[in-house]
Amino acid sequence: MLIRDVLTLTQAQIFSPDSKSSLVEAVFDIDVQIGLSADLMSDVLLAESNRGLLVTGLINPQIIRTAEMSDIVAILLVRGKKPLTETCKLAQETGIPILGTKMSMFEACGRLHVAGLVSSFRQNS
Amino acid sequence: MGQDDVTGIISRGEELAYDLKIEQVMTREVKVVAPTTPIMRMLELFQEEHIRGVPVVSQNQLEGVITLENLLQSWRRGTHDSDIVADCMDQKMVTVNTFDPIIEALKVLTQTKSDQLTVIDKNGQLAGIITKGDVTRGLLSALQRDRHSEEVKRYRASYLFEDISSDRTSLILRYHIKARDFTKGGSASSSIKRALLQLGAPPQIARRCGIAIYEAEINLIIHTTNGGEIRVEIEPHQIVMETSDKGPGIENIELVMQPGYSTATDEIRALGFGAGMGLKNIQRCVDEMQLESIPDQGTKLVMKPKAGSKEWAFIREPTPNQGTKLVMKINLQPEDTFSKEIVTT
Repeated sequence: MLIRDVLTLTQAQIFSPDSKSSLVEAVFDIDVQIGLSADLMSDVLLAESNRGLLVTGLINPQIIRTAEMSDIVAILLVRGKKPLTETCKLAQETGIPILGTKMSMFEACGRLHVAGLVSSFRQNS
Repeated sequence: MGQDDVTGIISRGEELAYDLKIEQVMTREVKVVAPTTPIMRMLELFQEEHIRGVPVVSQNQLEGVITLENLLQSWRRGTHDSDIVADCMDQKMVTVNTFDPIIEALKVLTQTKSDQLTVIDKNGQLAGIITKGDVTRGLLSALQRDRHSEEVKRYRASYLFEDISSDRTSLILRYHIKARDFTKGGSASSSIKRALLQLGAPPQIARRCGIAIYEAEINLIIHTTNGGEIRVEIEPHQIVMETSDKGPGIENIELVMQPGYSTATDEIRALGFGAGMGLKNIQRCVDEMQLESIPDQGTKLVMKPKAGSKEWAFIREPTPNQGTKLVMKINLQPEDTFSKEIVTT
């Protein structure tokens, strides 16, 4: 699923990169292959996450670090949360885009899953 | 946090717009016309060359610029066959300097709603023209050069072990981790993962090492009194990652290995950590893990990630999980040591 579809499905906006930046165009075409949702970073680190989209309610820089460590390619914040300044700074440095939706985590994940984004958590792991 | 804080951050693309000079991206070989060129010839020229404006030069001096817009205005007024460029060109042209950053060209292009700008050198002589297309192409190729230099770095690093001859070569990375510094937390792990990739480690190995050392780094930040050290020793056939600190130590090692057990405060949990999965996670990512702790003295965690055997570990695909060997040494007293091996699959 492309980020452009994620944006449409969850009516999301892009927090990073900056909307005025020329890099925004490139974000639309990023392909995410699996979805993960968690507010506990260890749960994220435990999951199969390669080329994943992380859906979370956390806004601190650790979401970027966690994404970086586990090869997650984009982050979607839920419930209308905005990333901290340091989080955006780190996102710019690492090139991991941050999106945000006003939807709840349940609704955002539900819509993405119905549209074909598969879950990363394996049963019985 | 306001939206302004977010927009204030400069991306690499924008940084380049300040770094790159106009002369690096402008078109140098520019068609020019003489002021005496007939207007009728201009239309043909614009059509032939697919351009919308050219500088007007007379005896090597820049006289002005003539654009499609000027031609249209001229027609509206009623053109005569005998009209020449000098009759309708813009003498008050918008120019930028060769030594200006390209952000300047972008600003002027936007402000004046022009398709192209005339570029002059420091003597006021015509040096070229610049269009939005030139700017975009310049930025893209600069970004590609960035990427290429990154690849070159990686290439050089991956030959490090082959180029240096010794009986035993190893590369040691050391980091000091401050307690409670959540903002910088993970930066050491990020550097370690990048180093492994630069040295040619397969992405999967780099990811596992990154996750293990990141959990360990977070533990140093959350639980230690005065922070601790990370030491990573990379050898052609193995990687050993260690964290050590000087306290407070772990009361009950068996208990901390249990998934879900945690002593973290609510504040730490609010950051997404302290769920009691860290050590379990590390164990999943590495082949061998050794945890030693003496209350009030400190804790040492040694992690040996999955790696190939004789050949250079990094260029091999990871072997299937053979089961993790966990060695737990519980030191109640410094001299009273017993250790226990658990093999899980």
